Amino acid sequence: MIDIGLGHYLTLAAIIFTIGIVGLFLNRKNIIVILMSIELILLAVNINLVSFSIFLNDISGQIFTLFILTVAAAEAAIGLAIIVVYYRNSSTIDVEKIDSLKG
Amino acid sequence: MLAHAIFFYLFALIAIVSAVMVTVSKNTVHSVFFLILDFISISCLFIMIGAEFLGMIMLIVYVGAVAVLFLFVVMMLNVAQQKNQWFAAKESSKHIPIGLIVSVIIFFELIIVIGGWKYKPDVVSAMSLNIDNNISNTHSIGYVLYTDYIHVFQLSGMILLVAMIGAIVLTFRQRSGVKRQSYFSQISRERSDSVELIEVESNKGVKVDD
Repeated sequence: MIDIGLGHYLTLAAIIFTIGIVGLFLNRKNIIVILMSIELILLAVNINLVSFSIFLNDISGQIFTLFILTVAAAEAAIGLAIIVVYYRNSSTIDVEKIDSLKG
Repeated sequence: MLAHAIFFYLFALIAIVSAVMVTVSKNTVHSVFFLILDFISISCLFIMIGAEFLGMIMLIVYVGAVAVLFLFVVMMLNVAQQKNQWFAAKESSKHIPIGLIVSVIIFFELIIVIGGWKYKPDVVSAMSLNIDNNISNTHSIGYVLYTDYIHVFQLSGMILLVAMIGAIVLTFRQRSGVKRQSYFSQISRERSDSVELIEVESNKGVKVDD
């Protein structure tokens, strides 16, 4: 318990990843919260990469964390732009009312 | 070592609680605030573990840019007042048990992988990018990022450029009925378009067409 190792960080990442998955599955009201859950999932992946990089003494995990950060920022910008356009067209972003694809 | 453990558990607890609050809070603005708290505590963990460059970059990128972008969109769309009810509407609650079951299965799979996995020491020596403890974290990232990963680095710059252009193109709207300055028609005006010379007879005046 006292000696913090790789397993502690991986468990923390697993918990945050699962919370993100739960938010993705069970949220039926607000699509912005779904985007935030995706950010949580990417954050969990970053925790995994950084802790492996530190405990395996290899720098390339932190490099890939940087690239994931880049892609996450781009994804958030594009997703929010799509949400803004959708809200402008149909004046709702309720997940239950977005059903024009009839999926 | 004890202080390290105490701070790890503190930041991990804050991170988990705020991650839960991101998904369950009814107000979207509160969700964004808890997302910011989550990012800050995780970046504190990164700084504690020895990846201080990434911790600071996460503060700048996530808290400074992404979370502010979320806040901006939430305030622009006026959805903060909507009820963001956890376990949403009653008639569509069929997906909740299945979603919970799938999430629990995913969590236990991850835990099993973590618990049953032991990394071999020779995995480390196969790589040649070992962390040099004599130089700082930022130095060692820079030495690798601008030499071995330069193409990927430039590719990520291209991704950011495409994302920027895409966001602008998506949200750009040509409004009708707004008077705009048209530089081309201003510059390409000729003298004959606007000025006309008229021979005026005396005592007659000029007929102005309007």
